[in-house]
Amino acid sequence: MTEPIVKARGLVKRFGSVTALNGTDFDLFPGEVLAVIGDNGAGKSSLIKCFAGAHTPDEGQMWVNGEEVVFQSTQDARRHGVETVFQTLAVAPALDIASNLFLGREERKKGFMGSVFRQLDKKGMRRKAAEHLESLGISTLQDITQAVETLSGGQRQAVSVARAAAFGSQVIILDEPTAALGVRESAKVLDLIKDLKDRGLTVVLISHNMPQVYEVADRIHVQRLGKRAAVVTPKSASMNDSVGLMTGAIDLPDTDQQLSPV
Amino acid sequence: MSTKSSSNDAAGKEFELERTPLRRIQMTLHRYPWLSSLIVLLAVVIAFGTVNERFLLPSTISLMVQQTVIVGSLAIAQALIILTAGIDLSIGSLMIFGQMLMANMAVLVGASFVLPIAGQNPYLAIVVGILAATAAGAVNGFLIVRFGLPPFIVTLGTWSVFMGLTLIFFKARTIQGPEMPDVMLVLGEGFPVGPFFITYGLVVMFAMYFAVAWALRNTAWGKHVYAVGDDPQAAQLSGINTNRVLFSVYLVAGLIIGITAVITIGRVGSASPNVDPMLNLQSITAVVIGGISLFGGRGAVVGALIGSLIVVAVEMGLSLAGVDQAYRTASIGILVIVAVGIDQWIRKVKV
Repeated sequence: MTEPIVKARGLVKRFGSVTALNGTDFDLFPGEVLAVIGDNGAGKSSLIKCFAGAHTPDEGQMWVNGEEVVFQSTQDARRHGVETVFQTLAVAPALDIASNLFLGREERKKGFMGSVFRQLDKKGMRRKAAEHLESLGISTLQDITQAVETLSGGQRQAVSVARAAAFGSQVIILDEPTAALGVRESAKVLDLIKDLKDRGLTVVLISHNMPQVYEVADRIHVQRLGKRAAVVTPKSASMNDSVGLMTGAIDLPDTDQQLSPV
Repeated sequence: MSTKSSSNDAAGKEFELERTPLRRIQMTLHRYPWLSSLIVLLAVVIAFGTVNERFLLPSTISLMVQQTVIVGSLAIAQALIILTAGIDLSIGSLMIFGQMLMANMAVLVGASFVLPIAGQNPYLAIVVGILAATAAGAVNGFLIVRFGLPPFIVTLGTWSVFMGLTLIFFKARTIQGPEMPDVMLVLGEGFPVGPFFITYGLVVMFAMYFAVAWALRNTAWGKHVYAVGDDPQAAQLSGINTNRVLFSVYLVAGLIIGITAVITIGRVGSASPNVDPMLNLQSITAVVIGGISLFGGRGAVVGALIGSLIVVAVEMGLSLAGVDQAYRTASIGILVIVAVGIDQWIRKVKV
């Protein structure tokens, strides 16, 4: 059986008197698109923030590629190939596209100017950024030196996704990527997710939008009351079943769940 | 390229807004925020030059540029801090503390009875004074980063603290130029360039502008300063150590303030605890008129220089035109409000 690329057991995260995660398990297999659904307050965002390095769980264990990890920062997660596109996108609006793609991991010039004066290799970064965007099929962004705040919502999302997909990442977590977008731009983001999968990346998609989840997901992780309530596939459970699992109207025995890769 | 990306292109064009001339101007200004202040500076110079030909005499221009040296230098420190969406009200007080410390160390009989430090090597005195200002900047940075206090309150506090320390340590005695070794005053001297006169203090100021502008444009630190000022949460999630960036900015600001202390001694020709009490506000005025957004993350440091020049040029022009001091002060105030208004308009740009 394939080993999960990201695995978690018994994650607990408390915020004061509120328990956001109450012993969640999680399995993500290489090359799949796993959707995470759940009602508001079910702990979806807290769960993925643990993998993103934005939260450190109070209890429980996490593994990436079989190696046990403790993430103290988003940098730790990145080092293990886990990249996250946050709902807020975490871009610097006034900086240009290339600067945003390389934000927090800028590349310096080779030689004296780079090592002593720490001069950035701006040309190199722009070239790489343009190549990378083109390889993802995001060529609407004509001008790589354009400030991100001058882009539309969908284009900004594309920049964020492109940033996550760059730099040899293995796992990309997308938190509600289509929540703020129109129908047309949402469709483009879903195409982008399919592209990422075709490129061999593993994707975690947090979404409220059932039709979108059913369109792209291989498996669906249902989060309820801070725990994993069930794991189903778009074929094994209808949208109504999924909603039932989310709200607790339905209980699914372990034998009927899809705990291994599809 | 795949067919999908070409369909993306078509969709992209569909969403593009019509580019009216006004929108083009707005977008250009959005990209280069210091451009609008440069236009204002040119307009001011042309207007006053037409009204009064004395305004464009090389001696007048030399004098105006020399007059910007103190505020212009402090404005570099203020610009860095405002880029991080902070503000520094302590700048003038820190600068006075630094210059009083170095002057008292360098003279034979200092005013300081609390710190018996007089009679030191003047070079040592300058270095210690600059380091003290840098340390004071670090105190600002530490309080802001470590305790998460608002920069406005922290620097309002340290403004008073360092003003008080200056009086405690150095009394209110002005150290006159002739009391000090010549080297302390060298930045007030200069050399002619054609019909103009350039002081060494100006050379130092321009060097600081160049160094800071270069670092902001060409280093990761520079990008991070903008990112932190723009959206601190986003910067943090992008893996930037926002606390370290903020602290470094206040530290560098302290260093610039310390160097400005030497420039000020040269320019004024003495070290007095009663240097212009408006220095804090003037540095903020210069930065804002220079197109650097008070909300952080936007603007170029060269704008602070242009802003300082505008303030001096307006003052000088009105003064040559025989306008009363009270009206001159009021007109600078109007200039600040207009500058902030323009900044708000430029920030609203959408493609």
